[in-house]
Amino acid sequence: MELNQIINPANKVYSRPALLSENTMHYCPGCSHGVVHKIIAELIDEMGQQENTIGVAPVGCAVFAYNYIDVDWVEAAHGRAPALATAVKRLNPEKLVFTYQGDGDISAIGTAETIHAANRGENIAIIFINNGIYGMTGGQMAPTTLEGQKTATTPYGRRVDLNGYPLAISTLLAQLDGTCYVTRQAVHTAAAARKAKSAIKKAFQNALAGRGTSVVEIVGTCSSGWKLSPRASNAWMEENMFEKYPLGDLKNADVEK
Amino acid sequence: MAKVHGAVVIDEERCKGCDLCVAACPTKVLLLKDKEVNNRGYHYAYMAQPEACIGCSSCAIVCPDACIEVYRVVEK
Repeated sequence: MELNQIINPANKVYSRPALLSENTMHYCPGCSHGVVHKIIAELIDEMGQQENTIGVAPVGCAVFAYNYIDVDWVEAAHGRAPALATAVKRLNPEKLVFTYQGDGDISAIGTAETIHAANRGENIAIIFINNGIYGMTGGQMAPTTLEGQKTATTPYGRRVDLNGYPLAISTLLAQLDGTCYVTRQAVHTAAAARKAKSAIKKAFQNALAGRGTSVVEIVGTCSSGWKLSPRASNAWMEENMFEKYPLGDLKNADVEK
Repeated sequence: MAKVHGAVVIDEERCKGCDLCVAACPTKVLLLKDKEVNNRGYHYAYMAQPEACIGCSSCAIVCPDACIEVYRVVEK
């Protein structure tokens, strides 16, 4: 069969999500953020929630998320996305409200806001991208940086006696009574991305149904920060990140009932 | 047995040459251009072996810049 017979609108099985704007993303080649943006755009479209969604953008690499996904957004001060999302959701209880945060946002400057929003059981979905480093500012150590991992501020590797232990904030959030769904996913392979998509879908459904706070952690790569190629970053992530941040559901209130 | 034909269309100008689609392809259809670059200076992906494509969408799902469209025909 000839290529021009195959390439025909009737045979199209996958295309760019309608809600993803035409802007070229500013992310580095191979960045996990792009895949997660794509998943969110697909899901909001599939769930028919374009007019009913308000996203809260973070500070960090994803600060321009509002340029890429065509829904309503508000930009929060650094780390304050869950606090702002609390206000948005309480004023608009019928809306789908989600925050999109990196590890510097959620587990460093925004720890208090995150933990208290989750503890109050605000009906929001928190999408948390964990790549173990501060990507936007040039690859400094984050609370989630692994022990021994080299960054701009830990050039000989993170030392626990000096810098403390890596912080698995999703595991902490799963202990709180306010959260209904806490899961950790990845997007490095097509299978993982499909699982991450169903996890985010469940989080969005929980937020709409008012079941409590849902947290979807995506363990991602930062090839520029890690100073590896995108392909080598995926291999490094599988080898090192998954040991400290194992994938899977940490809490699922549906199953426990 | 039904034969599956697939094809992908890559938005070459949007591609950043991250190589993840090449790694994700189960039938080794895709490669990055060796010498040619797009306007942004990236070695973009292309179908090096179009006849092997089965239209599984793995490349498109892992593409961070959403520059791959997938087509699939099942010949009965």
